[in-house]
Amino acid sequence: MPDGTDRLHAAVGAGILPSDEEYGRLLRSIVEVARAIFGAKASSVFLYEQETDELVFAAVAGDAEQHLLGRRMPSSAGIAGWVLAAGTPLILDDVASDPRFARDVAEETGYVPKGLMAVPLLDEEHALGVLQVLDRPERSRFSMQEMDLLSLFANQAAIALRLLGSARRARAALAATGDVLAVAELAAAFERLHGDRRDAAHRLLNDLTRIFA
Amino acid sequence: MDMWSHQADEIDELPAWSMAAGAESLIEIENPLPQRIDREWAFGGATGEGVKVCILDSGVDAEHPLVNGVTRALTIAVDERGAPVAEEDSAGDACGHGTACAGIVRAIAPDAEIHSARVLGAGFSGSGRVLLAGLRWAVAEGFDVINMSLSTTKREFAESLRELADSAYFKRTVLVASAHNMPVESFPWRFASVISVASHEEKDPLCFYVNPRPPVEFFARGVDVEVAWTAGGTIRATGNSFATPCISAIAALILSKHRRLTPFQLKTVLYLTATNVAAGVDA
Repeated sequence: MPDGTDRLHAAVGAGILPSDEEYGRLLRSIVEVARAIFGAKASSVFLYEQETDELVFAAVAGDAEQHLLGRRMPSSAGIAGWVLAAGTPLILDDVASDPRFARDVAEETGYVPKGLMAVPLLDEEHALGVLQVLDRPERSRFSMQEMDLLSLFANQAAIALRLLGSARRARAALAATGDVLAVAELAAAFERLHGDRRDAAHRLLNDLTRIFA
Repeated sequence: MDMWSHQADEIDELPAWSMAAGAESLIEIENPLPQRIDREWAFGGATGEGVKVCILDSGVDAEHPLVNGVTRALTIAVDERGAPVAEEDSAGDACGHGTACAGIVRAIAPDAEIHSARVLGAGFSGSGRVLLAGLRWAVAEGFDVINMSLSTTKREFAESLRELADSAYFKRTVLVASAHNMPVESFPWRFASVISVASHEEKDPLCFYVNPRPPVEFFARGVDVEVAWTAGGTIRATGNSFATPCISAIAALILSKHRRLTPFQLKTVLYLTATNVAAGVDA
């Protein structure tokens, strides 16, 4: 259990770290960029949730259906589950040739793609989820070079997700403790100030420090 | 009689820790290296008969026409002490991936025994432990070839996997593992005691290259391959995990013709018969 000073430091840290809303924006940005890089019809992210051992459909760009967001499935289900557990990227084409498989994929993604690329989101040894890119109008098949490119992008996305994820957890932990939340909110408010107001706030905080010290 | 088969009768299962004076007969190699090892010598006419190949993956659909039956299908779990527990598996393959790997082995080495050990499909949280248990079980079973089209990034398992890979190496079990094409560390493919495989874009399943720039050691067919999948169907797929069973199957062909090759010798034969090494020799 951290002592009071640690908790206050953590509170200040969490206060200036990105919020839930920014986490969501990052996820949306990841799928939008992935979709744009490959000129694909859609792109989606599943995040792995350790507590429930499930994959959560966390973001989607393109034709796939938004209403599936938040849907959960067992962490070993479908292509996303295999990619997560095997830690290895996969390209599948001519998906519709197998009705059962097509149905499984449709349940994962909201529609039946002809082809898909799936890569694990790995930050060092941590598997955070799976990034998928589905179909493209012009050229149907994905190449190995594209898979390498998607893997590189997934690596970058995983690092960003990990950083934001830690911040999110820190904020959640502080919200539960209550008493230091005010410090976190003060730090967040200070971080948003600019120019004269920031200078004034800085002087005020210095004065407060002298009074309390 | 080929250059290495004499060892079948002579090798005592006990290791020799040193060579005493006057014990030269123990290390006698009856046949010198043939003048050349080519593909005809290595696997010409071979079918994989008598070779046991274990597919550590998501299970195998034994009914799939491209798989045409498996010798055994087991599912691996972990008991409270971390030891592997293998039970008969009737679930087939919910994912399709293990079936794809089995189909590739069957196409290249039609008479090899295919054994399925399911280590994926029971959730992600325990997947590293089950993978380790599955490999431990497979090494203890003494398979000739273990196909691992998967890896783990969890460092806590790296050392145990390395010990198992070394143990397989000295027990004449060849471990063929998919290389990772992502900028992260994963195991066991990076170990020197296994044969690691990534993909090339050629169509020929018997075309494979040795890589002069490791840690990836071989490239085999892994791009846009028609593979067996769920519901008896096929799918076109790309990934190192489909290149790996090509090398597993070629290893099975070689071992069916030269039963007692060690993994060291097998890797040497693979090197000498690789398309970028053998091409000039065979021409």
